[in-house]
Amino acid sequence: MSSPTITSQTHASQEAGKHRRHTTELLQKNLLFALAGNQNSGKTTLFNALTGSNQHVGNFPGVTVERKDGAMKGHREAVVVDLPGIYSLSPYTSEEIVTRDFLIKDHPDAIINIVDATNIERNLYLSLQLMELSIPMVIALNMMDEVRASGNSIDVQKLSELLGIPVVPISASKGEGIDELTEIALRTARQGIPPKKMDFCTGEVHKAIHAIAHVIEEQAQEYGYPLRFAATKLVEGDEPTMQALHVTENQRDILGHVIDDMEAALDTDREAALADMRYNFIENLCAKCVVKRHETHEQVRSEKIDRILTHKYLGIPIFFVIMLVVFWLTFGVVGSFLSGLFESGVNFLVDSLSSLLTHIGVSDWMHSLVIDGICAGVGSVLSFLPVIVLLFFFLSLLEDSGYMARVAFVMDKLLRKIGLSGRSFVPMLIGFGCSVPAIMATRTLSSERDRKMTIVLTPFMSCSAKLPIYGMFTMAFFPNHAGIVMISVYIIGIIVAILSGLLLKNTVFRGKPVPFVMELPAYRIPSAKSVLLHMWEKAKDFIRKAFTIIFLASMVIWFLQSFDWSFNLVTDNTTSMLASIGKFIAPIFTPLGFADWRASTALITGITAKETVVSTFTVLTGASTNAELTTMLHMVFPSTLTAFSFLVFTVLYMPCIAAFAASRRELGSMKSALGTALFQTSMAYLVSLVIFQVGRLILGI
Amino acid sequence: MTLDQIKPGESGTITQVAGEGLLRRRLLDMGLTPKTRVSVRKVAPMGDPIELMLRGYVLTIRKEEAAKITVRKETSR
Repeated sequence: MSSPTITSQTHASQEAGKHRRHTTELLQKNLLFALAGNQNSGKTTLFNALTGSNQHVGNFPGVTVERKDGAMKGHREAVVVDLPGIYSLSPYTSEEIVTRDFLIKDHPDAIINIVDATNIERNLYLSLQLMELSIPMVIALNMMDEVRASGNSIDVQKLSELLGIPVVPISASKGEGIDELTEIALRTARQGIPPKKMDFCTGEVHKAIHAIAHVIEEQAQEYGYPLRFAATKLVEGDEPTMQALHVTENQRDILGHVIDDMEAALDTDREAALADMRYNFIENLCAKCVVKRHETHEQVRSEKIDRILTHKYLGIPIFFVIMLVVFWLTFGVVGSFLSGLFESGVNFLVDSLSSLLTHIGVSDWMHSLVIDGICAGVGSVLSFLPVIVLLFFFLSLLEDSGYMARVAFVMDKLLRKIGLSGRSFVPMLIGFGCSVPAIMATRTLSSERDRKMTIVLTPFMSCSAKLPIYGMFTMAFFPNHAGIVMISVYIIGIIVAILSGLLLKNTVFRGKPVPFVMELPAYRIPSAKSVLLHMWEKAKDFIRKAFTIIFLASMVIWFLQSFDWSFNLVTDNTTSMLASIGKFIAPIFTPLGFADWRASTALITGITAKETVVSTFTVLTGASTNAELTTMLHMVFPSTLTAFSFLVFTVLYMPCIAAFAASRRELGSMKSALGTALFQTSMAYLVSLVIFQVGRLILGI
Repeated sequence: MTLDQIKPGESGTITQVAGEGLLRRRLLDMGLTPKTRVSVRKVAPMGDPIELMLRGYVLTIRKEEAAKITVRKETSR
């Protein structure tokens, strides 16, 4: 083994060093840091501590994996990228692939690897893989305060020596050790020295890695892959690496022989051999520098809390009580108070603007565009803001405390049948309040497939904005059975969601679901900073939506409503473009029982916001009292069956424009968002069709 | 016996991890490697998944997945 590997390694790092020095001179001192670590290791808290509120949130290209960038506090030249929380650099999930691609292709100057000191064995497993990338690296050993407080200890000095990279003890939540970490990270990046090459492996695995390194050495250099990382990944049988290096058929044969020999000698397979090797190394390492006498206080406390919260009989009822309280606070007392306050503020602004416009004498249509079009549209959507902020306040509390993982644990069995995991339960539940935060909340789901599927299914949960529609229809058609009709509408939504889930599971999302292998982190008190930042982020996101896509949509709808086809302002709203579009598409709904153009027009305006269905009926029928409205509605809908069919359609068809914008953002593409809306509308059509036609047979209409 | 057959409160040592692809890799990555000691702490209210304790942390997996892990049950105690 006097190997060309070693030489080339040195050569490569010299090259890299030269390259870095060169860039450093050119760009003065722009530095790029990658923050990597396990889920629940306090990564987000550390990212917030390192960067302050100076963050940019986006997606990695092509996938719906969140990417956050931020400049280090006091070092504007140093940018930190928060990578997704992962446990390994395996080639399977989009989070892991994104992380690998970023580390290999974007050439960060250094990796800051956050390691949970209370759970050091499993956390170091990722560290060993990161170290193979030949990128300068620092370990931030988080939650050291908890380790010490429990009478345990970790010899940081020794750990650093044994790993050959700097290790900085910190407490991200208390802000301890952050300055030191920043300083050491900057120094490590500027020096540009990759981790001292080290052998985690012994015996047969060692032999295989070196043999393979020898085979692929040239390609690794050519395609910019760290040799050690590439060799290890090929021993594991990693297909993406195989393709990235353009491994030839001939080489594949050689690799195959090397692996066969290793597997035969070890009597195990390649993946198990490497996992085993890494964990053995870690166990030896920990035996030398970790003293763990007791479980930490947090772990002991968590076990006690879980005795109640995931209790065999109490677990589920407690979960529903917690959600009920969250709903009651958000949509009830606090939420409605804040919404009211917010709304009067918005109204005041709109009124002032209106009088200002009148005062300076703008034309009528301009006044109407600004006030009735834009302000009404954006204003009605903005009035959701307090509810959204409040809901995300509670959700961050539940997430950061560690309770969400328990929800997934408790609810998993229920959702597995439709191809989802327990984690999707919370967004779906929020969907009964409002689809917008529900869709935004799918961000916390760890699998991309689950996230997309949840976004498609959540709008079937009837949102609170549809309540006025139910109110109007039950008043007009089912005055004696209001309760039953309401409940049945909700249940139809849930049933359709379940059926759609089964359908999607076997078609669009046929791929293997990500296995449910999830850590239950210790319960911790959420940090105020994280919760506030999270709220602010969601609020910002929502406001941006209100002023872009919703702004545009409001203008379009206003235009269609106010003009006829010769672009004259209409005085009679039955002659507007919108009305004629309504008349044009009305026949489509004949098989569903409601062919009246006013019904189809209401469905179109309902896309701006679901409550608008009610106001559209009021306007188009010219009704001024509830009694009149009831009479007019009976003209629009000749039978209770047609009314019910319409009601079901409104529950199921595509959500409002705000929810659509949210799903566009979370799905990452307009095409997927349109596809989702089309799917939802088709389901609505299908279900209403069945209800009307079957109902007609039974009732003999 | 397999891990899904271990009752809450009991422990065992892993002897083999079967399965394939992402699932198996995930189990290995999370530290469920041969010779590792695992204890079953709890079963979820609806009877599945189960809660494990290994390498000083708490992990939950479904019974279906636990059935792929062969363990030697600890008889002492």
